[in-house]
Amino acid sequence: MEEFLFTFFNIEVMRAASPILLQGLWMTLLLILAAVPLGLAGGVVLAVLSVFRHPMIRWPLIAWVDFFRAFPPLVLLVFIYAGLPFAGIEIGAFGCVAIGFFLNTSSYYGEILRAGIESIPRGQVEAARSTGLSATQTMGYVILPQAVRNVLPDLVSNTLEVVKLTSIASVVALPELLFQARQAQSVTYNPSPIVAAAIVYFLMLWPVVRLLSRLEHKAVARR
Amino acid sequence: MLSGVATARPIVDAIGIHKHFGALHVLKGVDLVVSERELVFVIGPSGSGKSTLLRCCNRLETPSSGSVMVDGIDLLDRRTDINLARQRIGMVFQQFNLYPHMTARGNVTLALRKVAGKSRAEADELADAALARVGLAEKAEAYPLELSGGQQQRVAIARAIALEPRVMLFDEPTSALDPELVGGVLAVMRSLREAGMTMVVVSHEMAFARAAADRVVFMDHGVIVEQGTPAQVFGAPQQERTRAFLRQLDH
Repeated sequence: MEEFLFTFFNIEVMRAASPILLQGLWMTLLLILAAVPLGLAGGVVLAVLSVFRHPMIRWPLIAWVDFFRAFPPLVLLVFIYAGLPFAGIEIGAFGCVAIGFFLNTSSYYGEILRAGIESIPRGQVEAARSTGLSATQTMGYVILPQAVRNVLPDLVSNTLEVVKLTSIASVVALPELLFQARQAQSVTYNPSPIVAAAIVYFLMLWPVVRLLSRLEHKAVARR
Repeated sequence: MLSGVATARPIVDAIGIHKHFGALHVLKGVDLVVSERELVFVIGPSGSGKSTLLRCCNRLETPSSGSVMVDGIDLLDRRTDINLARQRIGMVFQQFNLYPHMTARGNVTLALRKVAGKSRAEADELADAALARVGLAEKAEAYPLELSGGQQQRVAIARAIALEPRVMLFDEPTSALDPELVGGVLAVMRSLREAGMTMVVVSHEMAFARAAADRVVFMDHGVIVEQGTPAQVFGAPQQERTRAFLRQLDH
């Protein structure tokens, strides 16, 4: 037992690693603050574009969304990180991660929002347009707010996945939480920093999971 | 400009309207001319094209051919700002189509603020006045789901009249209502009529048509079969198709 605690819950090691873990947490938060808004904004654009039935918009859009949903995000990230310098573009690890997350998550957010938009009855558009609102105003004031509300559990669920996925940034040496924990582990020859990181992830995400449960429960009750 | 009567410009002037939905020929050359302060009732079996005709009057449907002028504005001209034109054309739908995420007041103020450019305070004031006109002043803070069907439809009417339209289009406004809620909506429509609103009503409320309409238009299979005063159309229909339709309604 003591051996187990010494190996996995070594308070001394955790304390020694805490500054570097905090730095990692900070970087992870920065990543979330970049990835989620970027993904959401891209998703809104993709979802709104999906309203257009014109083949010149429709088919490229479907191809784009399908491609980035099918492309493994880790492979995408490594590809961007390794590939961009060959194209003469140097934007650093954070920039690569931001681009990768934007491409991947906006496609997911886009599909969720598209389902939300399609769930709004046609009569809502007609009512809004009949009062003189433009197509853009109708989308912004009437359709999107209702669409978002209808798919809120899915949006939160996807956001949860995005936050968890930020740990893949460690493979391109971005010093986020997991990367820092592994650094600390390799220096101390003790896995306790990894355990500490896991606890931090859990504490950060558990409230979101709770919220999601309640949202899903409410969504079911509404039906 | 010889006489006052002759120069009165019609509010709705739709001429030679054809509408195709794919292979379906829904409107086959319909003329609908509505004068100021006139209440025109459009009746006919489902599929006769009456709703499509109404929807052509604010370009929710674009006619395949023909011309639609409303209050002197050519709705089919590419240069026409349709959003500006639609401010002058109120529309009320069978399914109410209130915005469920907004209060009654919010439903009414949206276009006032975003289309008519009113400040929030002005819009609130106009919205409350419009809600008072439909007898729902005390429901301004209520969300659509908290209102009965009849109340929702009255909010929808308030949403349209708050923009001070030149004409109101009603697309089967009472068809989705429980019978006991129809009266309240018809009362609001009657008061609009008394205030001089020009109205085109697609509806099956024959008693209301008899009492309030200036003119009844009977449509079938995409054409106007017959039109006249309620007394003419209901009392002494000239066409067999009209008689058959009215007989069916009596049952």
